[in-house]
Amino acid sequence: MSGGAQFHGLVTPEDGRPRLPGSLHTNRRLAQWLTFHREGFVTIRPGKVELGQGILTALAQIAADELDVALARIRVQPAATPDSPNEGVTSGSLSVQDCGAALRHACANARAIHLSVAAQRTGVPLAALRVEDGTFLGPAGPVGSYWAQADDALLECEALPEARPKPPAARRVAGTSAPRLDLPDKVFGAARFVHDLRLPGMLHARVVRPPARGARLLEVREGPLPGEARVVRDGSFLAVLAAAEHDAEAAAARLAARARWQEADTLPEEGALADWLRAAPHERSLVAERDGAAAPAASVVRATFFRPPVAHASIGTCCAVARWSDGALEVWTHSQGIYNLRADLAKVLRIAPERIVVRHVEGAGCYGHNGADDVALDAALAARAAPGRPVRVLWSRTEELGWAPFSPAMLVEVEAAADAAGNLVSWRAEIIGNGHSSRPGRGAEPTLLSGEYVEGGVPVPPSINPPMAGGGGAQRNAVPLYRVPRLRVDLRRLTVMPLRSSALRGLGAPVNVWAIESTMDELAARAGADPIAYRLRHLDDPRAAEVLRAVAEMAGWEGRARREGVGMGVGFARYKNSGAWCAVIAEIAAEAEVRARRLWIAADVGEAINPDGVANQLEGGAIHGVSMALKEAVRFDRRRVTSDSWETYPILRFSEVPAVAVRLLPRPDQPPLGAGECALAPTVAALAGAIRDALGVQVRAMPFTRETIAAAMDAA
Amino acid sequence: MVRFTLNGAAASVELPGEVPLLHALRGPLGLSGPRYGCGAEQCGACMVLVDDVPRHACTLALGAVEGKAVRTVEGLGTPERPHPLQAAFLAEQAGQCGFCLSGILVSAAALLARDPDPDEATIRAALEPHLCRCGSHNRIVRAVRRAAGALRGEEARA
Repeated sequence: MSGGAQFHGLVTPEDGRPRLPGSLHTNRRLAQWLTFHREGFVTIRPGKVELGQGILTALAQIAADELDVALARIRVQPAATPDSPNEGVTSGSLSVQDCGAALRHACANARAIHLSVAAQRTGVPLAALRVEDGTFLGPAGPVGSYWAQADDALLECEALPEARPKPPAARRVAGTSAPRLDLPDKVFGAARFVHDLRLPGMLHARVVRPPARGARLLEVREGPLPGEARVVRDGSFLAVLAAAEHDAEAAAARLAARARWQEADTLPEEGALADWLRAAPHERSLVAERDGAAAPAASVVRATFFRPPVAHASIGTCCAVARWSDGALEVWTHSQGIYNLRADLAKVLRIAPERIVVRHVEGAGCYGHNGADDVALDAALAARAAPGRPVRVLWSRTEELGWAPFSPAMLVEVEAAADAAGNLVSWRAEIIGNGHSSRPGRGAEPTLLSGEYVEGGVPVPPSINPPMAGGGGAQRNAVPLYRVPRLRVDLRRLTVMPLRSSALRGLGAPVNVWAIESTMDELAARAGADPIAYRLRHLDDPRAAEVLRAVAEMAGWEGRARREGVGMGVGFARYKNSGAWCAVIAEIAAEAEVRARRLWIAADVGEAINPDGVANQLEGGAIHGVSMALKEAVRFDRRRVTSDSWETYPILRFSEVPAVAVRLLPRPDQPPLGAGECALAPTVAALAGAIRDALGVQVRAMPFTRETIAAAMDAA
Repeated sequence: MVRFTLNGAAASVELPGEVPLLHALRGPLGLSGPRYGCGAEQCGACMVLVDDVPRHACTLALGAVEGKAVRTVEGLGTPERPHPLQAAFLAEQAGQCGFCLSGILVSAAALLARDPDPDEATIRAALEPHLCRCGSHNRIVRAVRRAAGALRGEEARA
């Protein structure tokens, strides 16, 4: 089935327009997506952005395929307002679905338009024309090309629903492991990141953060600053501006010592965070409920799962450049959503969004909503003091780990029952914690960090959870895919937010999947069943069963030998219950600390546009999962985050990274699904299962360290 | 004025000697490869070679490299003439966001200069000062092994 055929003739109820695939539906003009050039190349303009995940390469492959041009002829234009398609945020493993589907359709449509014009001009019947690397070939040879028709404004029209992308078997570029387009710049040290922008007359700024969350700036003592640095102050937002970066850095340190703040205790007791979560004011909602006929319960498992907040912890700190001229603002940013950022900048700065141009430039990997948007506001605020001059703000490591949004602390309480035969009959779960989305541009109030500190600023509102139709937030993957006749899942979203929280790779999935899979392990043990066999007997989805069988085979699960201090565990989830299927087996060694030795991953992502890119994302997501599960926790006292260096917020290092084997199930005929997030949660679950296998204990708190394992042993 | 050799060419910088080398490289010297990651020798994003030894440019004073040879990722190779490590990183697609790669590449170059055939544990130990958040570690280790093989092959042919 082609991407276009399934939508043909359908009219969407929301807007009454014929349904177009992905983001093409809301960005319908073809010229917005692609342009041919006389010089023999094509520019494509995705609204999605490169985050280090390789998306631009995959999108270029899709375009090359549908247009029948060599991949080398595709240029990808970074997203910028107001011309790029508005594709919302690059998140949720949705870029191939949203943008890939749109580009595939737009390119198929563009190809058809160009060929029909060539047919009319030359008299060669359309059916006799084909495209070879951009040249139109008739029975007697070349009759034209995209390049010769490039100036004809043929794409100044809306896409047609009836355009027909190629059938999967005809694809030649999509489905191959084309090398990443952005990687050469990165191995040769070229200026590719926003950090590397050097605009004429550019100044450097640094922000002086308060010593405590929510502190108010009382006074800044006057005094000389290095490099004739200037102080920028707006309410409790304090920054310095200098011509040289080292002067800005030194001036910020000196200014910090001269600032006096009013501080207060605003954060919960770290050691009693789980209790605080249970007692905090909240809003309750029902996630899912099922009330089928069930056999009587013979055995009940009750367990609570706790994870502290965790950080995105990008290797590069957040950075942005901003320039004001004549009351208009230009911003260079590694934001995941340029239009959303524009909306919140407009709110804080009190100017019309149309007066702001937001340009995407790559940053370090973000793994979700980190401080990328925040630093863009910082740059805009600092640049207001130097109209006409570009101002670059770079966050310090302390700001990055101490002030960016975190994935919130979570508590998941599960009660599951099995019948006399050991089969699951009921499932109850309650998820407690802050919301997982505080992205800009979505609410009435801005959510940018410094928006709270400027004169007249208001606190960032408590985070929300996207609805289940959008994959959910805290409740993401909270409904097990396993067959269970009676089910109830509730959500308690806190209505206070002492630590700003937002989306991090997987949102609630790592904790929910860990809770589900750990409970399944316990039920399997009580039923005397093998953990994988037990899962398989509760799965009706053949693609779910297939990834589990594949991973079992890869890891030699059936014939595994028991070894002292070594354990193997399995984790499975279909990401968001609507995305990619992924099963992971982990092997750990229980030494002084738990050590992940090997991971086996089997995944079904539908059509893989770039199989090596998918494998890279799966490996990366799994290693991120190992790091989160074994090492990561945001630490804090009553006033501030204290885990603001790599020493206090350790992540997995080279010597600790397990060997990883990946198998991708071939599904060229199935719709493509994102791969960046699906491996993380099953990896966390597999590690917990492996600890149980090695030590006979069900860990109930992340990270899985000596302390939390000892606590679980004491509780058992 | 501080004078040193930068990627094989004479360089001089009009900055006080106590300014971190990283600011001189990224500022007046116009390089992009060495990157700020933490400013505290904890992540390796800023790593450069000073007389062939990996050093953190974020804390090393500019004055300390007076008269010495500084090499950054830009000095390893070019797209036209890549260093075997750069060719190997591309062949293995060893990277995702790539922010950590400049530092990792120079540390790997120093490793291969002293040990032409490092085993996996040796490579991991040499890269231990470097953080990668995308999870490209195993590809990076494979790429270093591939480059080592290529370098030994080149020497065998020479």
